[in-house]
Amino acid sequence: MDELLEILQSNALLPREDIARMLELPVDKVKERIAEYEKRGVIRGYQAILNEDQLDLDKVTAVIEVKVTPQREGGFDTFAERISRFPEVRSAYLMSGTYDLLLFVEGRTLREVAAFVSERLSPLQGVLSTSTHFMLKTYKRFGVLMHKESSDERLTVSP
Amino acid sequence: MSGSLSLRNRLSATVRDIPRSGIRDFFDIVSTMRDVISLGIGEPDFDTPWHVRESTVFALERGTTHYTSNLGYLDLRRALAAYVSKAFGAEYNPEDEILVTVGVSEALDLALRALLNPGDEVLYHEPCYVSYRATILFAHGVPLAVETKPENGFRLTRAMLEAKVTPRTKVLMLNFPNNPTGAVMSRADLEDIAAFARARDLIVITDEIYGELTYDAPHKSIVSLPGLRDRTIFLHGFSKAWAMTGFRLGYACGPAELIEAMLKIHQYTMLCASSLSQKAALEALARPQADIGEMVDEYRRRRNFISGAFAEMGMECHRPLGAFYAFPNVARFGLPAKEFALKLLNQEKVALVPGTAFGACGEGFVRCAYATSMENLKEAMVRLKRFVGRQSNKPHAEVGNA
Repeated sequence: MDELLEILQSNALLPREDIARMLELPVDKVKERIAEYEKRGVIRGYQAILNEDQLDLDKVTAVIEVKVTPQREGGFDTFAERISRFPEVRSAYLMSGTYDLLLFVEGRTLREVAAFVSERLSPLQGVLSTSTHFMLKTYKRFGVLMHKESSDERLTVSP
Repeated sequence: MSGSLSLRNRLSATVRDIPRSGIRDFFDIVSTMRDVISLGIGEPDFDTPWHVRESTVFALERGTTHYTSNLGYLDLRRALAAYVSKAFGAEYNPEDEILVTVGVSEALDLALRALLNPGDEVLYHEPCYVSYRATILFAHGVPLAVETKPENGFRLTRAMLEAKVTPRTKVLMLNFPNNPTGAVMSRADLEDIAAFARARDLIVITDEIYGELTYDAPHKSIVSLPGLRDRTIFLHGFSKAWAMTGFRLGYACGPAELIEAMLKIHQYTMLCASSLSQKAALEALARPQADIGEMVDEYRRRRNFISGAFAEMGMECHRPLGAFYAFPNVARFGLPAKEFALKLLNQEKVALVPGTAFGACGEGFVRCAYATSMENLKEAMVRLKRFVGRQSNKPHAEVGNA
């Protein structure tokens, strides 16, 4: 992967001047390449990685495995793109193995998510079965640990 | 008891006469202060890769808590032979040409003690790792320092060595990539040194602990050059590339006769390196590319960042090509290196190590370790810029009078 993308993926807020220095490129060149990635849709957006467990939100997240009959034209894509349009669906993946789609669905309560599954998802044409798991606690998201790392134990000056 | 009992007079003259490490002096000062950003730390800020830590815990659970072979576990020595062959280009027999030690420091001490008779001379280059001179003296050798210079990237040349060598010189010590300068040697540079070692019939001790950490070109080891393997003790370890400093695990590779002599000292004084650390090292060798690659990329970005920052604030610095140190010249600010470092510490709470800790010729320089987060590095550069800005505006009376 382009080193520029690696840097942005680990910290998108890094000033472009710093990135330019790290890559030994002119600042304008860095800005230009980022703009190009944004235009091409390689970069889809920038978000903060939250530790939601600390926020005491009225929110539950379910991971739902869905078995689907592929459609005559479009295979799984047509169905997956359709289901992805629901704002409740935060992430959707096509999977190998015993089920086809993996959805991350958010709601305010268990009932709300249950209602989404029974009233929106299951009745869709092509859905064979669903299996819903509620998430209890987050330890790591997007490669970031959610518990505080211990402080630097190194000596302050060493050979 | 009367106060007249002078224990100092009972000490070995060799030990008594060697000064404490300049790093330790500086550490004592820094450790009394709060909120210091330290660019004075000679170890990686990364954690030891998790698979290494996890397998060390497993080794402990399984009861890997006994003495090992004096040489180290044979499976580890086999893995080391394969790694050294691939990464450094030299072949060693794991049965009798590899010795696992408590860090490279022990290996260096063993090598010198195995080779030196009192009065034998050892050529080494300064600025260098703080221990070299002392380790030579502890082994009753005579240190012959060769000064490397920023104008040729702190590299060593044959001419520099020819100017110092005498018929009593027995050993040539090398350390590239270098702590504290970040200098590396090209193949051509090394060929000159190799020709010198052959012509003068010297034993070479090469400390390549930073071998994996080069940023613009792959590392070349002198041990891979024709005829050098049979007169060289190659030293390497896990502290830097795998961020395993506390494991204290290093190793020496060399011709069987030399390893046998080092083993003799090691078996009587140390017995063996820690069994757990040896298991950790074996695990570390399972996937070196994945572990080291990411760290090297990150160090390179920081190297670029710090070089750019120095250039911007008008601080002269040769481009560091390896290890994780920059060694800028601060002479033009009119303060001796130690005073520069102390003032910077007091006024801006940034810790650097004065170049004099690495040899007298380090005067006028400071060592900046960039083994710290980008966040710290950025803030340190802001403070340093502010500090040197103030220094630049002052008349340089101090230098003229010195």
